[in-house]
Amino acid sequence: MTASVPAFVLRPASGAYRGLNPATKLVIALCEAVVAFGIRGWTGPIAVLAVVLVCGVAARIGRAFIPFLLATIPLTASILLVNTFLYPGATDTIVVLGPLRPTWTGLEVATQATLRVVAFAMSVALLGLTTPFDQLIADLERRGMGRRVAFVVGATLRMVPRVAERAREITDAQRARGLDTQGRAWRRVRGVLPLAGPLVFGALTDVEEQTMALEARGFSAPGGRTVLRTFPDSAAQRSLRWLLAAGTVLALVASIVGALRFLP
Amino acid sequence: MSLRLAGATYRYAGAGRPALVAVDLEVAAGAVVGVVGANESGKTTLCLVAAGLAPATIGGELTGTVEVDELHTSRQRPHELAQRCGVLFQNPSTQLSGTTGSVWEEIGFGPRNLGLSVEETVHRVDEAMRVVGIAALAERDPARLSGGQAQLVALASVLAMHPRYLILDEPTSQLDPGGTELVGDALADLAQRTGAGVLLVEHKTDLLDRVADRVVVLDAGRIVERGEARSLLGDARLPGWGVDPPARARLERAADAAGVELPEAVA
Repeated sequence: MTASVPAFVLRPASGAYRGLNPATKLVIALCEAVVAFGIRGWTGPIAVLAVVLVCGVAARIGRAFIPFLLATIPLTASILLVNTFLYPGATDTIVVLGPLRPTWTGLEVATQATLRVVAFAMSVALLGLTTPFDQLIADLERRGMGRRVAFVVGATLRMVPRVAERAREITDAQRARGLDTQGRAWRRVRGVLPLAGPLVFGALTDVEEQTMALEARGFSAPGGRTVLRTFPDSAAQRSLRWLLAAGTVLALVASIVGALRFLP
Repeated sequence: MSLRLAGATYRYAGAGRPALVAVDLEVAAGAVVGVVGANESGKTTLCLVAAGLAPATIGGELTGTVEVDELHTSRQRPHELAQRCGVLFQNPSTQLSGTTGSVWEEIGFGPRNLGLSVEETVHRVDEAMRVVGIAALAERDPARLSGGQAQLVALASVLAMHPRYLILDEPTSQLDPGGTELVGDALADLAQRTGAGVLLVEHKTDLLDRVADRVVVLDAGRIVERGEARSLLGDARLPGWGVDPPARARLERAADAAGVELPEAVA
């Protein structure tokens, strides 16, 4: 009788990558994150970026990566600057700029770290862009994830745009009452304080009301929740998930014990 | 069979004085009981206490009795109470779970929590959407609804729990006149057809004038007056309690003052 659930709820994903089971895409993203940070040298991040690129092309989301890439700029810029100019113990100076002495060693470490951050961000982006979070939560719940964990994960992921919207509303209200939140940096900083109070206290009040609303909707009922939809899965995908997980753990262990010294 | 408060006095945790004092109130099955009063008169607190959420979920101290169908609310677990007493708060955005991708799934959140069969869940969701007139919103993202739409979705979410009693705290505060009328019709129909008892807190006395059987007036946490809806909503003392009389009562009073007899259809 699953057919009586509306089609837009079941909404089966299609396409080479999007059509994979949400759990498979989650495992791929987790493995990519572990490899990006866990495998020594250039190999880890470059391998992950290559995989993300191939999957992104398969899912036709090339341009959608750009905002995620831009979001990494503050972090990657600081990594590049700090490591290139202040790497401890490095003596292979590239050029002397007054008191500053950028080094080749620092630049190499910084570039590797930057690639790791970008690879991680792109693997998260790949998951987010190809897997609606409610589908991911629904699939994990069907696999036995507790309703409280599912709710916390789901609500947290969906809370970000709501908090951003509320912050915008409070900012507009403060501006309407004459608060200057634009222009020089110190004015912007000063503008954050009147924003923080209503935002934090408003969020806390919301939590209390939402807790009551959840109770009124049977959230604490014992037993499993009704499963409305299942997502296509296959023996091949199950095997792929186990292989990826096992391969990643093995690679990580090998990297830690130094068995991957041959990698660049 | 009724939702009954007897001598209910409730004080919020940390508060010096009670927000609700010695309240006696009964909502019989199939009846619509309206609650009016000025701001801070204790209307929302009355809803929380009647629904069994205060003190069970938010703490505080309750004396007196609150019973649903002769079962003391304090002896029932929240999910059991949820199937007897549905509660809707003023702010619809906090009523929604924030975890679903469509309005249809949002309304199904409650029935799914109860572990109902897929068929029953689908039936309840479709029925609740039809009753509230929001079938057209089924595919919409709940996070991107207007205040009024969110309020209707929140109401449908409560109805999908099939509670025997509905406790509604200003369920039409963000609705336009059309939406308010729709909700009024839906509540009256629900009470008549399913025998659900409704406790309806409203500032819009026109709505109460249309759907309520009885009305109580709250002031400083106490019920200061109660009576048959049509009669009490025409009471000249209402503005003194911070309550705006319905248009019907104002018109009747103006006609009386002018010595004009209203046609029977208007009166």
